[in-house]
Amino acid sequence: MNATLAIENGRLIDPAAGHDAVAGLYIADGRIAAIGARPAGFSPQRVIDARGLVVAPGLIDLCARMREPGTEGALRMEMRAALAGGVTGVVCPPDTDPPLDEPGLVRMLRQRSREAAGARLYPLGALTAGLAGEALAEMHTLAQVGCVAFCQTSALPANHGTLLQALRYARTFDLPVWLRPVDASLVGEGVAAEGALAAGLGLPGISVAAETVALHTIFELQRATGTRVHLCRLSSADGVQLVRAAKREGLPVTADVSIHHVHLVDQNIGYYDTNCRLDPPLRTQADRAAIRAGLADGTIDAVCSDHAPVSLEDKLLPFGEAQPGASGLETLLSLVLDWAHAQTLPLARALAAVTSAPARVLGEDTGTLQPGRKADVVVFDPEQGWRVDAESLISDGKNSPFAGLRLAGRARFTLVGGEVRFESAPQ
Amino acid sequence: MQLRSASPQLNSQGELHHLLSIEELPRPLIERILSTAEGFIAVGTREVKSVPLLRGRSVFNLFFESSTRTRTTFEIAAKRLSADVYNLNIASSSTAKGESLLDTIDNLTAMQADVFVVRHSQGGAPYLIARHLAPHVHVVNAGDGRHSHPTQALLDLYTIRHYKGDFESLSVAIVGDILNSRVARSDIHALLAMGVRDLRAVGPLTLLPAGLEELGLRVHTRLEEGIRNADVIVMLRLQNERMRGALLPSAQEYFANYGLTPQVLRHAKSDCIVMHPGPMNRGVEIDSAVADGPHSVILPQVSFGIAVRMAVLSMVTSSQRAESR
Repeated sequence: MNATLAIENGRLIDPAAGHDAVAGLYIADGRIAAIGARPAGFSPQRVIDARGLVVAPGLIDLCARMREPGTEGALRMEMRAALAGGVTGVVCPPDTDPPLDEPGLVRMLRQRSREAAGARLYPLGALTAGLAGEALAEMHTLAQVGCVAFCQTSALPANHGTLLQALRYARTFDLPVWLRPVDASLVGEGVAAEGALAAGLGLPGISVAAETVALHTIFELQRATGTRVHLCRLSSADGVQLVRAAKREGLPVTADVSIHHVHLVDQNIGYYDTNCRLDPPLRTQADRAAIRAGLADGTIDAVCSDHAPVSLEDKLLPFGEAQPGASGLETLLSLVLDWAHAQTLPLARALAAVTSAPARVLGEDTGTLQPGRKADVVVFDPEQGWRVDAESLISDGKNSPFAGLRLAGRARFTLVGGEVRFESAPQ
Repeated sequence: MQLRSASPQLNSQGELHHLLSIEELPRPLIERILSTAEGFIAVGTREVKSVPLLRGRSVFNLFFESSTRTRTTFEIAAKRLSADVYNLNIASSSTAKGESLLDTIDNLTAMQADVFVVRHSQGGAPYLIARHLAPHVHVVNAGDGRHSHPTQALLDLYTIRHYKGDFESLSVAIVGDILNSRVARSDIHALLAMGVRDLRAVGPLTLLPAGLEELGLRVHTRLEEGIRNADVIVMLRLQNERMRGALLPSAQEYFANYGLTPQVLRHAKSDCIVMHPGPMNRGVEIDSAVADGPHSVILPQVSFGIAVRMAVLSMVTSSQRAESR
């Protein structure tokens, strides 16, 4: 471990500070010591020459499934995938097996994460026992062992009374609640967005109302309770518009989208590509345009990978029977760069959606390169091309909608708390 | 980002390698299937009802979902081409024992199959199978979930052409449970591909999927309006299980609003034809007086279906020879 480290000659981008210029980054004892010129008397134990590379805060992923508890040894592999993707912080949803609804499980997960020496782990506790949507989970106890917020993962509880009480209870201890704005009764058997594509392929559709009805419910209950809510994975133009109005009204709400919904639409399902079976479903070009506009005007705060490793057996099935989800930790950085390029967004603006913005959602002081902060850093080559395939992905999840495509942008060094935990050779 | 790949059912020469769906089949290819079928019509009327085109070839009828009519007509079609036919009712065997779909296919490929005729309850299953097979094995979709039933659509085209000649000037109404019907989806694509300009979907809003207008249809919720001056009426079977959910209150109320009776049929053209993919629910979607009446071409559809399936089987298997040349 290098107690002191210098990363010099790189293009240093710190979205939170609006910094984008060639500068040195100096790290001591796990924290950022200085940016700019090498401070007098600073003699680093290691110097990384980042000429031609970008130096940025490490990515913070608001949703990445590490498959533990449930799959022994999976966390270690997924943490390696995170670091290779330049991700230094992962929020783990509680839809594990069993769900993260008791302190022992959270302690075990955190212990395994420390042993894996990967990205920082931010566990989300279950909002209700067993995520069943009936009884409240021990939120206060779970918060004490490290849960950063409480989440109902797949959809709102069917019983709105339970949701109201959960929001009240969370508010008692000022705990944030993360909700998927999905009304399960309106999803029904649906497997793809309702519309011409689903109609043509004969796939049961999911109406936009599944999202908008849930959003109305959430906002109404927020008005009653004042609980802070983070909305996970918007998918529709109407949904984005409702969130915009809620923010204007002053409701304490933040929102994210998955990077897949920034790039893809239902047409990408093509001939039943099960790697494009996602939850929420991919929607139309108008929805994707609204999502991009929502990111541009701040209605949507952050972009996440929504990383969900799915085995080949669970994807090599008819579309309706395939398990939803996409592997995303390792493609997140490239896809954010591609989005910036396609929308001619300044790189700092795009990177904000995966660094400073998710840090703000979490209330963490990472996601920036300001002196004094934890040195969670990614050094990446924005031009380095790579092909997404089963060989190049470290994650057990090879299920990428981008499989077979070439993307640009690869992490060269990933630092967590000043420690170089991943490095790759130049190409 | 554009991820959609080329149509998996055509080979590099644009020939029919698999028949998975009507979508993306170019009109000349559809016309070639219809004219090939025409040549096979005579075979069924001869004393010796077979030709040796598929001698020594193995056709596996792979039905993950039970069907009598479609399976039988495929079997007759393959036998008239002199193929060896094997019927596998998978619904009650391997998958019930937990074997995966692709494992089943692997096993059958090892038995030297040339063609799989596949029916499956899930939309897209034949695509999955086709992608997985060795390049010399062919898949013909005999109905997948709510997605596609391409040979039914082709035989419907054949029937319409037989009675009406051309397509462009026709008014065609598809009536009933379009949401759950693979026949409706395939008919829509087929009729649009053949240049039908006045294509209508008729049914209650609970049985009409979103996006029909985008595909190029006019949507009607009243039967009289929907079939007004129609040349062709395609009635769809109302699955009994649909009556249980929240889609329809009862068969009686459905018949009162959407059942095709001689009285309602007067709104269509006097020489209109009435089609039905079978099996019919008399008194639910169609009145017996219409089903057995002068406008009905439901039984000729069945005989044309055999010739159309012969055409498809002979074309997919001959595409392989072209490919290996």
